[in-house]
Amino acid sequence: MKLKTLLAKHKSALISRWVDAIVETYPSETAKFLKNKKDQFSNPVGHTIVSETKNLFDQVLEGVDREKVTPFLDRIIRIRAIQEFTPSQAISFVFSLKYLIREIVGPEIDTEDLDQELVDLEAALDFMALVAFDIYMSCREQVYDIRAKEVQQNAFLLLKRANLLVEKPGPKPEDS
Amino acid sequence: MDTKPEFKPGTFLYAGKASALETVGLANPRDWSPTDDDWKLPADWKGIVREGMAERLQRFRSFKLFMDICVRCGACADKCHFFIGSGDPKNMPVLRAELIRSIYRGEMKTAGKILGKLAGGRKLTEDVIKEWFYYFYQCTECRRCSVFCPYGIDTAEITIIAREILNLLGTNIDWIASPVANCFMTGNHLGLKPHTFKENIEYLLDDIEEYVGVKIEPSFNRKGAEILFVTPSGDVFAEPGIFTLMGYLMLFDHIGLDYTWSTYASEGGNFGFFTSHEMMKRLNAKMYAESKRLGVKWILGGECGHMWRVVHQYMDTLNGPADWLEQPINPLTGTRFENAASTKMVHITEFTADLIKNNKLKLDPSQNDHIIPTFHDSCNTSRGMGMLEEPRYVLNNVCNNFVDMAPQVIRENTFCCGSGSGLNAGEYLEMRFRGGLPRANAVKRVHEDHGVNMLSCVCAIDRAVFPALMDYWVPGVGVCGVSELVANALVMEGQGEREYNLRGEENPSYKPPAEDEASAEAGEEGEE
Repeated sequence: MKLKTLLAKHKSALISRWVDAIVETYPSETAKFLKNKKDQFSNPVGHTIVSETKNLFDQVLEGVDREKVTPFLDRIIRIRAIQEFTPSQAISFVFSLKYLIREIVGPEIDTEDLDQELVDLEAALDFMALVAFDIYMSCREQVYDIRAKEVQQNAFLLLKRANLLVEKPGPKPEDS
Repeated sequence: MDTKPEFKPGTFLYAGKASALETVGLANPRDWSPTDDDWKLPADWKGIVREGMAERLQRFRSFKLFMDICVRCGACADKCHFFIGSGDPKNMPVLRAELIRSIYRGEMKTAGKILGKLAGGRKLTEDVIKEWFYYFYQCTECRRCSVFCPYGIDTAEITIIAREILNLLGTNIDWIASPVANCFMTGNHLGLKPHTFKENIEYLLDDIEEYVGVKIEPSFNRKGAEILFVTPSGDVFAEPGIFTLMGYLMLFDHIGLDYTWSTYASEGGNFGFFTSHEMMKRLNAKMYAESKRLGVKWILGGECGHMWRVVHQYMDTLNGPADWLEQPINPLTGTRFENAASTKMVHITEFTADLIKNNKLKLDPSQNDHIIPTFHDSCNTSRGMGMLEEPRYVLNNVCNNFVDMAPQVIRENTFCCGSGSGLNAGEYLEMRFRGGLPRANAVKRVHEDHGVNMLSCVCAIDRAVFPALMDYWVPGVGVCGVSELVANALVMEGQGEREYNLRGEENPSYKPPAEDEASAEAGEEGEE
């Protein structure tokens, strides 16, 4: 796996450019903030992008496994799923890595004749994009579920008194 | 400034219903939607905006100052939860304020009128009104940005005025307009009639009897009670607010407080505050009016956020002085609440803290041992009235596991829930998730590092919106009012086994009586 050795060699450049690519999907004033503010509480979105791209990159080197990449992808996509992005924009960052690898490591791939390894790696990244799509959909479904649940909670007692709710489990006479 | 907002589902609020506007005499009642091209503004809408702005520049020196003194230093830029969570630069407080400042310059200042953009001015168009509607209903008036402004510019006040001007055109939202109309007609946001309000509380009393084994009989509209208790109506019907209300009922019974509920002043919250100063005054008036009618000595208020901003910063001058009331004194401890000398109204958490400090409560904090709570400072009680220590003091006395969040996101630096100032509508959920992200992110940290499983708070809107926010961002963290945790720990006289909590769930911290005690009790029963 010479290609992964190459990727490891260019790791910091690749991650840094990948972060840039994600951050640049936001308006320019926001991108500046997301990149420069380091505090995890003052800049949760930027902090998440930086830390999770590192984790995802390590997974790419290790071999993309659905279970392992899911939490890292989830943290980025959960944010983008409720921001001002279309579904394709929300998950496009996964594909950005493909283009960056070709751009940064491409000449060495050619020299070393690693085309087949590149095809395999890109297939793994495509798979990661599919996992990203699943995660995006589950986030959206969750938004709708939560909205329905909230309507019920906001008038909980009125619905309960009108017998419009299924009783929650509580003490039964024989237990007390 | 030139990008027009797009009204996509999930990110804008529904328009105020004509019937609600008519009920309270608000301007331009009509059927319309923010997604319409034609917003059906009044014929002379530009004149109305110009006059409305000019009048408010005269009336409110703060507004005039805030329009003139900003030097665009950027200190506020990254402090807004909506900017942090949405990434939309127009949510930087400086830019949000610029949406109205540019009109102030372009329409009211000579340089701006002549030089236009060169002098930072722009002309009033319908698109400007649409932009105002989009962004001024995307500010929760939380005032976090004002903490960081070197000039002390309070962007919340700019939003307050902007919303007043929008209301002059009838461009308001239903989640505020309908509660305002309901509150004006029946006393509370949901429009619960007096008998329904009372029956709801009685229903909760039945639950207390079932789960705690104590029968409580509070009074309603009782003349001559020492204290009037007023709380947000969300506590009377919404989950988990109702468990907080059960907490109040148990606390007052535990100490034998001479108090009464009012089915007329049945709302502590005041969405008039998010409409106009006049509407805030109209809705607030019932608290003092009811205290006078019932002849109480002072008013005790439940857990709420913006209610306390109104009480603490406006009520006394809006509807006071309430010279028929006395300076509040805790009848059990003799503590004189100096901070309430003028308003005559005390926050339940201050009251509870005083009771604990003077050993007036019998508490068993181990009843909360399965709960690892953190505390969300409501923007209004922290930045609006400086109540920072009392909730933590109470929590540390009723729980053994309290964990605070990081210092940069608590107390006066607290992040908003993202749904305050009337933005807690269901149709706005995605925007609320953006606004609530910084708060949820801080909760997530203590959840992962310390196992925090409960987000406690002293605000009814927080209680209503945090369950959704936690479900999305930090699953596994519940939401409760501080008074619910107090009630869990209260050892009530004559109580039964506390096997179940106030929610009717099995209490994991319940410890059955030791076997010898149990058999001794059984023996005694047998002898009888």
